[in-house]
Amino acid sequence: MDDITGARIFWEWQLPLPAPFDVLQITDTEINLCFITLVLTLLCVFLTRKLKVRPTSKKQLIAEYIVKMADNFVLGNMGARFMNFVPFIAALFALSIFSSLSGLIGFYAPTADLSVLLGWALLVFVLITYYKFKSGGPVGYLKSYLEPIPILLPFNIISEIATPISMAFRHFGNIASGGVISTLLYGALAALSHMLLGWLPGWLGTIPIFQAGIPAVLSLYFDWFSGFLQAFIFCMLTMMYIASAAGEEEPAAEEK
Amino acid sequence: MLEKAIVLGCSAIGAGLAMIAGIGPGIGEGYAVGKACEAIGRQPECKGMVTSTMLMGCAVAETTGIYGFIVALMLMFVTPGMFLGQL
Repeated sequence: MDDITGARIFWEWQLPLPAPFDVLQITDTEINLCFITLVLTLLCVFLTRKLKVRPTSKKQLIAEYIVKMADNFVLGNMGARFMNFVPFIAALFALSIFSSLSGLIGFYAPTADLSVLLGWALLVFVLITYYKFKSGGPVGYLKSYLEPIPILLPFNIISEIATPISMAFRHFGNIASGGVISTLLYGALAALSHMLLGWLPGWLGTIPIFQAGIPAVLSLYFDWFSGFLQAFIFCMLTMMYIASAAGEEEPAAEEK
Repeated sequence: MLEKAIVLGCSAIGAGLAMIAGIGPGIGEGYAVGKACEAIGRQPECKGMVTSTMLMGCAVAETTGIYGFIVALMLMFVTPGMFLGQL
């Protein structure tokens, strides 16, 4: 961690498409995300092997606890008619947490890349729009833009677009700012150690007395607390937006 | 050379100014947490719900600060490259 950089680019392909889409890049982000997905899949396979009706092993208890927690999370925030959203929310939560925490073991955290979060937020945006269409029909959806008075149309459009953008920027900004601040602090501590011990000859002048230990406190906040909090917030906002887009009435209950 | 120096210096100043946006969320979140503490003090049995609602509100209030941070990041890393390519 010596410099504030984006993801490293490994491969690049030129595509025959107009300007912003003409380069396909494979970066740290994609590779780490694939790796994290693989780890999560293996974890799920490991936890759900040899299940018994009457649990005897510790790992089945852990798996049941996780599933129960996800069920209660969705049930408490969206209601019983959205129970088919449990896998989606749980996957989003697990992916977000593992991505943020992968920064701890030296990976480039995929959640520090805006593209990943923008992708997730667009997925949520599609779901929100789908449920708005479903609850009000195309006419009701278009009418909702003129809701209190027709003059508010531009503001309604802006707030509709701002939903996924602010969701993505919030998560990205929190994780990325942690990286930037850690890097700045690391540089400052290195300068301080150099000032204190730099006059000593040989390797004695390069002992990192300040860099050891102090950044760990910051990592506790920025990686652990912020990572968990942002995963929680992202899932919570997803659930609330989708539940409010689907409206209060109950037609969604009978089609399930 | 001078143009480059001006672009880099102004970008750095702009990034610093953009981070003034951090004041607003600081005040807002502090107020929200203070109110949450009052609520927990009044009704300690609601601690879990108050805390999760407060964290939610804090994260939403943080958005403007995050926008400022992103503008600062763009000023630091995107704009100089964009201008220096043309100079």
